[in-house]
Amino acid sequence: MSTKARTSETRVALQDIPKRRQADASIAVVGSPNSGKSTLFNRLTGLRQRIGNYPGVTVERHVGLLKTDGCMIELVDLPGTHGLSAHSYEEQIAIDVIFGRMAGTQPPDGILAVVDATNLYQGLFLVQQLIELERPIVVALTMVDAAAAAGLKIDIDKLSTHLGGVPICSVVATTGQGIAALRDAIIALPDSALPRPTTAWPELTALATELASTAAVPMRRAEVERLIIDGATGVNAHVLECLGADAAARLASYRDRLFGLDPPLAREARVRYAWVRQVLGDVQERMPVLLSWRTRVTQFFNQPIPGTLGLFVVMAIVFQAVFAWATPMMDLIDSATASLGSWVGSQLGDTAVSSLVADGVIAGVGSVIIFLPQILILFLFIILLEDSGYLARAAYLLDRAMRAVGLSGQSIIPMISSFACAVPGIMATRVIPNRRDRIATILAAPFMTCSARLPVYALLIAAFVPAEDVGIMNLQGLVLFGLYMFGIFMGVLTALLLRRTALRGPKPPFALMLPEFRRPNLRTVLMQLLGRARVFLRRAGTVIFAVAVIVWALAYFPRSMDLDAALSENEAAALQLEQSWLGRAGHFVEPAFAPLGWDWRVSSAVIAGFPAREVVIAVLGTVYAVGDEADEATLSRRLKASTWPDGRAVFTLPMVIGLLIFYACCLQCAATLAVIRRETNGWGWPIFAWVYMTTIGYVGALLAYQLL
Amino acid sequence: MPNANHYHLRMANGDITLASLKNGQIGTIRSIDATDPQVQRLMVLGLVEGTQVQQAGAAIGGDPIEFRFFGSGISLRREQAMRFTVTHDSVD
Repeated sequence: MSTKARTSETRVALQDIPKRRQADASIAVVGSPNSGKSTLFNRLTGLRQRIGNYPGVTVERHVGLLKTDGCMIELVDLPGTHGLSAHSYEEQIAIDVIFGRMAGTQPPDGILAVVDATNLYQGLFLVQQLIELERPIVVALTMVDAAAAAGLKIDIDKLSTHLGGVPICSVVATTGQGIAALRDAIIALPDSALPRPTTAWPELTALATELASTAAVPMRRAEVERLIIDGATGVNAHVLECLGADAAARLASYRDRLFGLDPPLAREARVRYAWVRQVLGDVQERMPVLLSWRTRVTQFFNQPIPGTLGLFVVMAIVFQAVFAWATPMMDLIDSATASLGSWVGSQLGDTAVSSLVADGVIAGVGSVIIFLPQILILFLFIILLEDSGYLARAAYLLDRAMRAVGLSGQSIIPMISSFACAVPGIMATRVIPNRRDRIATILAAPFMTCSARLPVYALLIAAFVPAEDVGIMNLQGLVLFGLYMFGIFMGVLTALLLRRTALRGPKPPFALMLPEFRRPNLRTVLMQLLGRARVFLRRAGTVIFAVAVIVWALAYFPRSMDLDAALSENEAAALQLEQSWLGRAGHFVEPAFAPLGWDWRVSSAVIAGFPAREVVIAVLGTVYAVGDEADEATLSRRLKASTWPDGRAVFTLPMVIGLLIFYACCLQCAATLAVIRRETNGWGWPIFAWVYMTTIGYVGALLAYQLL
Repeated sequence: MPNANHYHLRMANGDITLASLKNGQIGTIRSIDATDPQVQRLMVLGLVEGTQVQQAGAAIGGDPIEFRFFGSGISLRREQAMRFTVTHDSVD
């Protein structure tokens, strides 16, 4: 991505765009990761949120509205960043928005800086840089309850004085304490006075002012400061251009004067943290204890062996819960859809409408809805692991193992998220600093067993793996566990191969902030979970509904009238299905999949599943319902009864194993392809991923069927 | 992989590196070899001269290592931890 080109585009575009927008003012919410930023954002904006994209670059833009009488303020939640010098793509996004470099957007009218009261040390480093932006700014001091519990007393007035008179609001986002006052401060923000620059680094401020004074275009001093520190690379090259002809030579001499032989970033850290320590000594009665009692309790699990064992126990619990807890709910939905279908059938008689409703809509959509409980439980655990800070710990515990395959612990978080869905998983790779490491992780992520694969696995396992106990484990559970392991193995193998070939490079670094364990906020968890349920149901109600209806129509028409009256109802239905459009199309593609042992129904379901793999269940549900007159039969019972024309069962063990392998490998998800394209900035990698994964899936299924 | 004992050797002036702090031990950073960009990143996160840090755990094999300082925690690799010279503040 040429950041320079993007920047100049922005500048031109901004002059042309008339100043018309929905909100009266736009405030950027900036804070380091784990500062409680998202909880605060949710508390401030409630359900008045929307997720859009930045025009030009398809990066998610989280916007919430703050309404008062006669005025509407837009809050933009930015990805967490520790400072204004980007280390990863995610931080680059935040910084670009802050400086107004993101295409199609204007610089924010003000800044809401979120600082964790228990971690003022890092928080003030960022706030110091934000004050130098010369924008109206308000500081929200979050988690003041936790700070008080830890015995940290903070003199807010003194802190405000040190920060040049910036308003500071103490809040507890989880309970809502202090939120009203913060809201008032945000509303007053666009008209409030600019903060006075801090006295942290007067030499830098002076040099930046001097360099900016001769610029042809008026420059923001903070941008010139970044140019001096970070050098004329990336977006800064454009800043240097704007400064005029002799700026490059002057910049070199300024950097020399300021840093000498010291790396500029190291100097910046030394100078700024020295100032922070001085401020902290003045506003806090004492420095934070290094280990609180809570950390002492968890310290045991920070030891190598207990920590690693603990990780496996946590994963086992998640796994067990997804299957054990969801079963009663799923059985309920299953029998409800089956009896609803047969009730509709009995009410409407043997008509096309009755078949559409019972076999198309209810059997098709119902066979997907049934997996809602499982998917929600899975998402619940992933959200809990993330919000409690445990995912970061998992990353650190597994860093060594990942190093063996050429990645780092930082790839663990995207991979674990991908067990829920590869789309957020792939977006989570933005924190990985190196592009090669990032792409290797992006290509490994779709192999992780996502929540859309789960229904396919669960259906086939429930139907074809006997529910025997093997030791303390259930055989069905073991097979499923094996499939998860297979996915991990394939993903890791892919990363390893890529790191040895196309993505060869130095071994990735690893340094990760480890937040203290914290109890996840119920409200935030529920909001995320609700959002997930909504996405799933919307898909079931739109895409899957449409597919089910289309597939039903293809399977139902054309009706042939001259069926032999001697045939039983079931035989007639099967013959009818064979002659339908779907049947003919299925027979057309059947030869391609015959070596895998798939009949035309399975083949057509698999093909229909390429845009979204859970569709296959809906298609199977509809196809088998249309071809079966038995009432109240569940899909798995219908699959078991399915035969070839000569009476052999279609779903034999080798065929089912092959089908499972196909689903474990194949990239049947348009959303994942789109997100890979977006995150890698081109079609090359998504096309590679699709061809690679589909080939592996086909060959795997072929080998399983032919050799077993 | 060099011999593990190598890391526990005291430095000439009596200082040790961050990598040789044992679990629970506290040290104050005295000097940093900041040539590695990874080390510069750690400095931006707050590990600078004068910062007091406590070793709070390690993964299997003693790498990466977890440290706590001023209410935050960070995990870093032994390789980077060795760039930080510390004085050992307390004996537990």
